[in-house]
Amino acid sequence: MSLINDIIEKVAPPSKSQMVTCKKCNHEDSMYALFKNDCVCPNCGFHFRLTARERIDLTTDKRSFHELDTGLTSKDFLSFPSYQEKLEKAQASTKEEDAVVTGIASIGGHAVALFVMNSKFIMASMGSVVGEKITRLFEYATEHRLPVVGFTASGGARMQEGIISLMQMAKISGAVKAHSNAGLLYITVLTDPTTGGVTASFAMQGDIILAEPRALVGFAGRRVVEQTTKSQLPDNFQSAEFLLAHGFVDAIVPRGELRDTLIELLDIHKHA
Amino acid sequence: MDSYEKLKTARKNGRPTGLAYVNEIFDKQIELHGDRRFSDDQAIVGGVAYIDKRPVTYLAMEKGVDLQTRMLHNFGCPKPEGYRKALRLMQQAEKFHRPVICFVDTLGAYPGADAEERGQGQAIAESIMEMMGLRTPVVSVVIGEGGSGGALALASANRVFILENAVYSVISPEGCASILWKEASPENVARAADCLHITADDMKEFGVAEAIIPEDFDRFPKMCKNMRNLLVAAIDELSALSPDEIVAQRYDRFRKFGIFEENAKKHHKK
Repeated sequence: MSLINDIIEKVAPPSKSQMVTCKKCNHEDSMYALFKNDCVCPNCGFHFRLTARERIDLTTDKRSFHELDTGLTSKDFLSFPSYQEKLEKAQASTKEEDAVVTGIASIGGHAVALFVMNSKFIMASMGSVVGEKITRLFEYATEHRLPVVGFTASGGARMQEGIISLMQMAKISGAVKAHSNAGLLYITVLTDPTTGGVTASFAMQGDIILAEPRALVGFAGRRVVEQTTKSQLPDNFQSAEFLLAHGFVDAIVPRGELRDTLIELLDIHKHA
Repeated sequence: MDSYEKLKTARKNGRPTGLAYVNEIFDKQIELHGDRRFSDDQAIVGGVAYIDKRPVTYLAMEKGVDLQTRMLHNFGCPKPEGYRKALRLMQQAEKFHRPVICFVDTLGAYPGADAEERGQGQAIAESIMEMMGLRTPVVSVVIGEGGSGGALALASANRVFILENAVYSVISPEGCASILWKEASPENVARAADCLHITADDMKEFGVAEAIIPEDFDRFPKMCKNMRNLLVAAIDELSALSPDEIVAQRYDRFRKFGIFEENAKKHHKK
């Protein structure tokens, strides 16, 4: 697992002995052990959230990822309170330009167009940049006859961009539809958390929809649903398992098996 | 009127709701019920009718006008079965080469536990995606509130019109205010409404709506006659296009939305 070691070098170079505590079960382990286990708690199986780059390293063939459409950055065109500061802070802390990374890569030798949303960038909310990059990726994939693999994570549409962020849902959906009409495969992997306008558009438009264990996936926020329903919701409400039981995902795949599952799915669709 | 006044006007009791326009604008309408999967959601009312002798499919979000009808129509908040009925009727319209006319008026898609269980997000996602590929003209009119994804699910159209005092927003100003300032007090909601840019003028400026329709509720039949003329002109113009051109026009309409910076030097060449 040299890829994982690369990540460890990047994330925590000096202290392989640094300890982390699982948010779910309070199990304490070394950062090293956690990364060795794909950022899944060795005790309870809790899937820690990954950055886009970590996800790309875990999923794609080594050194195969080629990023597309860099250089796009968000603009505070509504002069929305504290948006500019939020953007600058997120750019500084993540070293990313915005909340999605797109590109081409190979997965088990299969060429794919890939997008990965980064929940660490303003909760991967979808504004113009996210909408534009994902749309361009689908257009590229349609033109070059590539399958699309997309990892979703998002708090929803980016309200700081007003109605223009809502329009991204239709913009991306148009590109997904054209890709689908061309007979090409789109696999979505729902990761924690996928909500709001992203759930209500491209996250749910895959030919095959996978989810990570216990990922939160829903349209309305839990608190709003509770207020509407005026009753206690079950613990597993809007979890990947809840969606599977209600027929909205094809399979829940633990992170350690995800790459192999994607390879098998890409393989069975290779003549598409 | 500022944004907050417009918001209150858009929600005001006594303002005409979806079915008032359906009854005034169309002839010989026949309501068609149900999503053929689960039930019939009366938050979206749909059917077939004539508009100035042209057959169309109509879809109207209906909020209700008194307590009884409000409950019947779930206050205009559609559930997944409402969107699935709408999609069924849109695909039927495509099959029979009729244009689709939608009236949009919702606070938002219904945020209940049952709606989540039945895939509210999936229902909206499917509606938007299929609308983007629909090979027949779609024209939508925002008549009151255009509440987020729940509104867009009937507004992924070739043309969008908006009434003078209607609003269209990515999030309710209340929701925005409580996220930003923890409390949705009237002052905060007013501020949020300003920040979000939700008015008809804003929509025209962003190109989210092609035209603003003046309101004249005291002379409602006359106002609807003007709206009918506008709708007929739009569907005639769009019906002259081939199905491929109709889809391409809609694609281009939405493709242009996005305001961002692009560093040309760093931009990867395809």
